[in-house]
Amino acid sequence: MSPALRDVAVVGFAQNLADHDRERNEVEFIIPVVRDAIAQSGIPRHDIGFTVSGSCDYLSGGPFTFVQGLDAVGAWPPIKESHVEMDAAWALYEAWVSIQVGDVDSALIYGFGKSSLGDVHEIFNLMNDPYSVMPLWPSTVDLAALQACAAIAADVTNERELAEVASRSHTAALANPHAIAGRDASADVLLAEPVTHVPLRDADIAPITDGAAAIVLAAGDLARKASSRPAWIRGIEHRIEPLALGVRDLTRSESTRLAAEAAGVADGPVEVAELHTQFSHEEPILRAALGLAPDVPVNPSGGPLGANPIMATGLIRIGEVATRITAGDVSRGVAHATQGPCLQQNLVCVLEGETN
Amino acid sequence: MTEVLLEQHVLEYPGGYTRSTGPVVGRFLTGLRDGRFEGIRGGDGTVIVPPTEYDPYTAAALSEFVEVGPAGVVTAWTWVAEPRVGKQPLDRPFAWALIKLDGADTAMLHAVAVDAPDAMSVGLRVQPRWRTERIGSIRDIEAFVPEGSEPLVVPSPEPDAEPVTGIVTPTRLDYEINAGIAPSKYLRGLAEGKVIGQRAVDSDQVYVPPRGSDPTSGEPTEIEVEVADVGTVTTFCVVNVPGLSELAPEIPYVCAQILLDGANTAWFGLIQGLPADEVRMGLRVKAVWADELIPNAASIKWFEPNGEPDTPYESYREYA
Amino acid sequence: MAGQLTAVIGVGQTRHVTARHDVSIAGLVREAAVEALEDAGMDWSDIDAVVIGKAPDMFEGVVMPEMYLADALGATNKPMLRVHTAGSVGGSTAIVASKLVAAGIHERVLTVAFEKQSESNATWGLTVAMPFQAPLVAGAGGYFAPLIRAYMARSGAPRHIGHLVAVKDRLAALRNPKAHLHLPDIDLKMVEESFLLWDPLRYLDVCPSSDGAMALVIGSEQVADASSSPKAWIHGTAMRSEPTMFAGRDQVSPQAGKDCAADVYEQAGITNPREDFDVAEVYVPFSWYEPMWLENLGFCAEGDGWKLTEAGATAPDGDIPWNPSGGVLSSNPIGASGMIRFGEAAQQVRERAGDYQVELKTGKALGQAYGGGSQFFSMWVVGNRKPE
Repeated sequence: MSPALRDVAVVGFAQNLADHDRERNEVEFIIPVVRDAIAQSGIPRHDIGFTVSGSCDYLSGGPFTFVQGLDAVGAWPPIKESHVEMDAAWALYEAWVSIQVGDVDSALIYGFGKSSLGDVHEIFNLMNDPYSVMPLWPSTVDLAALQACAAIAADVTNERELAEVASRSHTAALANPHAIAGRDASADVLLAEPVTHVPLRDADIAPITDGAAAIVLAAGDLARKASSRPAWIRGIEHRIEPLALGVRDLTRSESTRLAAEAAGVADGPVEVAELHTQFSHEEPILRAALGLAPDVPVNPSGGPLGANPIMATGLIRIGEVATRITAGDVSRGVAHATQGPCLQQNLVCVLEGETN
Repeated sequence: MTEVLLEQHVLEYPGGYTRSTGPVVGRFLTGLRDGRFEGIRGGDGTVIVPPTEYDPYTAAALSEFVEVGPAGVVTAWTWVAEPRVGKQPLDRPFAWALIKLDGADTAMLHAVAVDAPDAMSVGLRVQPRWRTERIGSIRDIEAFVPEGSEPLVVPSPEPDAEPVTGIVTPTRLDYEINAGIAPSKYLRGLAEGKVIGQRAVDSDQVYVPPRGSDPTSGEPTEIEVEVADVGTVTTFCVVNVPGLSELAPEIPYVCAQILLDGANTAWFGLIQGLPADEVRMGLRVKAVWADELIPNAASIKWFEPNGEPDTPYESYREYA
Repeated sequence: MAGQLTAVIGVGQTRHVTARHDVSIAGLVREAAVEALEDAGMDWSDIDAVVIGKAPDMFEGVVMPEMYLADALGATNKPMLRVHTAGSVGGSTAIVASKLVAAGIHERVLTVAFEKQSESNATWGLTVAMPFQAPLVAGAGGYFAPLIRAYMARSGAPRHIGHLVAVKDRLAALRNPKAHLHLPDIDLKMVEESFLLWDPLRYLDVCPSSDGAMALVIGSEQVADASSSPKAWIHGTAMRSEPTMFAGRDQVSPQAGKDCAADVYEQAGITNPREDFDVAEVYVPFSWYEPMWLENLGFCAEGDGWKLTEAGATAPDGDIPWNPSGGVLSSNPIGASGMIRFGEAAQQVRERAGDYQVELKTGKALGQAYGGGSQFFSMWVVGNRKPE
């Protein structure tokens, strides 16, 4: 990363998640996370320089759904604001870029979506090749299962390892007040449960989650004022691969490897990693791509297997690492976000506490 | 405990999306219609199936077609125990597979029709079962089956048929949408013949209809304020476009922004009860309620003049 | 503007038409991208990052199309972003792309905005009825027509003003081979007699529905200096948003538009837009939005926009031509239109506007886009010289 870049840190993070919420609408999920993240930062709402959100109109089945989200932000007087139709981790990237340009020193990022409104696994079939795949209607779980099969066939992982990932994640999720799924089940218990999407079991698949999350970024001295221990972004990079599943090597995540290299993951010790793993088999693939040593704790929050508010899940990974840095539990960590079928596009963010 | 307000919602472009394919995809689909698989040679010599228009790694436009298949080998598979009937290729449980056709260097996705998952394996050789009626679609293959498990019927192409240039893709998505807590309160008010707006604690601005927050501050609008069902037309237009909505009256009809007495935001509604060319800014109107009141915006059918003198422009000017 | 200096060094666009039946979605965006790369004297491998933008995915029924388009736009193993800010998206997309370079993160960014809305239907895509929301019985024009009426009441503008713009922009489009509508016989009478859609908007006061794509290559100062391609230096960029509906909102001349203009003018040293710009490409999808935006953008005093239009000031031979490309009234692939405005402004200062080139005196042009319920604004100022 170029030394000319500004130091930017996470100084506020909030999440608000639920399991199939029939009461609240999207705006009602966003209001508390925006309020709480801003309150944590201590930066007055109207001093926040730039606002960016990430969401997907198709989750709610209507065009321009993201516009409603703006009602929760307090966009008056008018604000500098943008939106990406991507996981909010990429909205955070856009906000980080804006701070780098130099005309703003802080940013509010929020991501939201209610995956429970439609059949979310079916909706994202519309991301597939419109001519040769979409008319077949494979679900996202179907495609993930194909990747799991390929990974097992190539000895990148195995059924027991999947169960161990799931068991560890669900146990960790129990301790996470925001997670909506979580239980105490050993790998053996999980292995005895039925395989529902060969080779995946239900415990290997992230739960349908409604929710929103928000992060506040600040630069330099503003960050030091806003947080006793800011979580500095030392590197943030993303890369995309070709769409077609058959063209890619599904047993590896090349774009994650490239992003990790560019972001400088290997420049220091990785004490914790939060990975955007919506399916257990993605963890060994991503560990390898990120070059994580076997003893690096992955998804102490429980990860997406504990809660998967699509469009906010990647942003939450960044928030979870930042939280542990700010709490002083770790001094350096990696957050990962993904979108597209079978890990097509990946973002890697390296965060670090103040090095005094 | 009041019932949650839920409504079914269908997102579907009537008739399906009409997608033009361009020459490369068009040729692939024409091949399928003719009972033939074609891949395309990438920059590094690999044969890509299904053919991509552009090299996945160099972005170069590709043009060299290579016939492949019809049989191939499964490189990955999974099982669909509960097919999405009417969407997925088969109505009974089946396998998805990535299939590398003979001569191809990349695998394509399709269904494999077998009775149980134990019939599937990585390395299984499969062959296509073609539909008798083919139109130039990935679904011209009904499914793949294990090689040799049935005769391979190779269709004969129709002579003189035009190349495929497009496909039609029906896309229906179903949702169950909830109203939200703040909108629900307002909608229940409508079911009782009342218009109940909301404001935030620190503000006197009453929002009708409310969406949960005061947009200027982001604060929740927790205080309910009943407003009148009578108000002023602040601006309007005469709609002369037929068929915009099932709910639209005969053209010409008037759509207006109406500032209800006590509210600080405008209501978008229909104006009826007078000729369209007599509607004017400042007109005083009252809501005409439906005979049967339900927690839905349709409880107010439209607004009609209530006979009061027009509101002077200056007093609603900031809303117009 | 903040950050490092950047420039547009390549521009490409498709010929906009009602429906492109001859290409896939990838083929459509590819055409614009290839033209922009060739204009910049570059190859796919020269590009560091790709930023795409478009309006709601429902138009084409492809969710998050950056996944599908990565290959076609040479984005494999590169960063790729997709911006969505409703109608202003083409503009915001160009701004996000320019920021990647202004921040010093990348040297050469390809940005593309597009819409292939003939795959469905624009009216359908814009008015999908959602539960629990007031039914949209009036269509998209039905939201804006009342605001136009309100403008007429405020300003006292006579009824024919919008029609003047409808004629002006379509006549201008005749000189733009990329424009969708080429209506050589258009005149005031034809517009006045065209079907009344949403009073006061007649059929010919309204933009067409187009398939099309626009692409720009944005480079750093160093890259631009080394390039033999004409440059449009980016003197300023700005974005502003305000909520759709709130108590006391001025929907006719939104504050967000005024604030956005003030910000970009300050960056670019613009104190008198009418004099400091040679030309402006402004998002006018309904004819009356020209006088309304003339006021909102500070080209004249409040209430006087219609007078400028009536006097011919904004005609191609006027003192401040607006939309000499034909504007949105002549071509409207919704997701692309904002970038078309930004790109046409760039073409003017690069002196690449062919038959619709205006004479450059100050060498500066404005590009403006808006979207949503007149609530999202994006603008840039470009010039043929580096900022002082």
